[in-house]
Amino acid sequence: MKKILILSGKGGTGKTTVAAAFIRFSHAQALADCDVDAPNLHIITELDVEPQTSEFMGSQRAKIDYDKCAGCGFCSYTCKFEAIKHEKGRYVVDQNACEGCGVCTQVCQEGAITLHDDVAGELSLYSGDRIFSTAELKMGRGNSGKLVAEVKNAMVNAAPDADIAIIDGSPGIGCSVISSVSGVDLVLIVTEPSVSGLSDLERIMKTAEIFQAKAAVCVNRYDVSEEHTAEIEEYCTEHNIPFVGKIPYDSQTSQAINEGISVADVDCPAHTALEEVYKNTMNLL
Amino acid sequence: MRIAVLSGKGGTGKTLVSVNLAAVSEGSTYIDCDVEEPNGRLFFKPEKVTEKKVNVDFPVFKASMCKGCRKCVNFCRFNALVFIKDAPVVFPEVCHSCGGCSFVCPFGAVSEKKRQVGVVEQSNEDGVRVISGILNPGEASGMPVLKEALKNVSRTGLTVIDCPPGSACSVTESAGRADYCLLVAEPTAFGFHNFKMVHRLVTMLEKPCGVVINKADTSYDVMKEYCEENEIPVLMEIPYDEKIASMTADGKIVSREDEKYADMFRELLEKIGGEA
Repeated sequence: MKKILILSGKGGTGKTTVAAAFIRFSHAQALADCDVDAPNLHIITELDVEPQTSEFMGSQRAKIDYDKCAGCGFCSYTCKFEAIKHEKGRYVVDQNACEGCGVCTQVCQEGAITLHDDVAGELSLYSGDRIFSTAELKMGRGNSGKLVAEVKNAMVNAAPDADIAIIDGSPGIGCSVISSVSGVDLVLIVTEPSVSGLSDLERIMKTAEIFQAKAAVCVNRYDVSEEHTAEIEEYCTEHNIPFVGKIPYDSQTSQAINEGISVADVDCPAHTALEEVYKNTMNLL
Repeated sequence: MRIAVLSGKGGTGKTLVSVNLAAVSEGSTYIDCDVEEPNGRLFFKPEKVTEKKVNVDFPVFKASMCKGCRKCVNFCRFNALVFIKDAPVVFPEVCHSCGGCSFVCPFGAVSEKKRQVGVVEQSNEDGVRVISGILNPGEASGMPVLKEALKNVSRTGLTVIDCPPGSACSVTESAGRADYCLLVAEPTAFGFHNFKMVHRLVTMLEKPCGVVINKADTSYDVMKEYCEENEIPVLMEIPYDEKIASMTADGKIVSREDEKYADMFRELLEKIGGEA
């Protein structure tokens, strides 16, 4: 299975739009959305089956037994994550701040603190004519890197014979992105022609380099600034990064999204450009 | 007043709104909490920057004192320690710096060392205190950098907190410090889905909120209906504007380039209840 991951660094450059188009062009049998705290690919992926859902267990969480708690506050004092706070006369665990390290269970002289499993999200697996794996992280929870790994594993396990897998990634360069990069054959970075787009491209390229991922770059809405597009192309040439094309601003793109279809289903300039990007990308595999 | 600007979906215009709100308010503080992709600094272009390193702890093991009991390895819930050739070995990138290994070691063989994971930059630029949390590429968790940046929330005057996208722990941490949450949404099916997620988050945090609809050139009534149903005030609509797009692409602060935009953001700030 050849896995193509779509990333961007900066958010909102058009990752999901590109991913959806690639899905149409490639007829990929395995799809995944790794943007677990803002998933969107399901909106424009035709799904005629109900998903099989499962709970995602994140790190465990500390729980205080108030029958045993003597209120000494030593747990709060030793917690490096400031997750145990004094509120209304007693110590309370902040479920979002707790990382489940277990130090509090060790320091408590009364044995009042134990760790408990915590449902930190939900995985959904659609198995129709193709496999689509996605998930939603519970609000405010951490562990997105772990959830991303589970989303990818679920896809691979359900579609072991698929030739091509298209994976939509998340913005940024942190744990979700690092986790999504592992084991993919190519990372396609979708950027935009702006000072922010270029700065974020440099940061995501550094990240890709650290984790030894092969990457290619395309520019979306390139005509918003031909000058910045030229800068991005120059950056890619200088750093020997394959530049696989540029896509024009096209109002039909957002229109297509709002109708729940891919721009690949519409005859428009963005469609033509995306086909070129797709061809150039596949040649790199 | 402390305003957190958040969006769920990336690229809806959080930084555009945050930077301009800070720019129209004399003596304000702008804090960039999108530590993975901090872009506010590209607009303010600060010159005299002071840097504060952000370090995290990781354990080091004194071989002469370690008896190989494995208590530390068994305790670590993050799989940051492995036992190789009779001694614990640490993977610093995986370590959460909880201090547990040092706590459970009966022989006092564990001490802590620091390693840098990012910086917090600080500068004053045209009356705005600009704070940027910047995570080093390759680091998984931005939380230590984000927490350090948030220490600069000002007690007086306006603080604008430019939040990361999404709805994970980093967003809760950033928005948790605010008196008011400003949601920047895009009227598309993608924007709407993530907007609802982040609205649920703000509701959970029990923060008052309002919405700015950006790139309001496509009509997407479902979003406005949702706002009406949930009593979320739509404070401003920014139509897709080539001038804003091109100035933003060049890293210019639109309210400093054109008085028309300055008025727009002053009005927004007044609606929220901050002072321009």
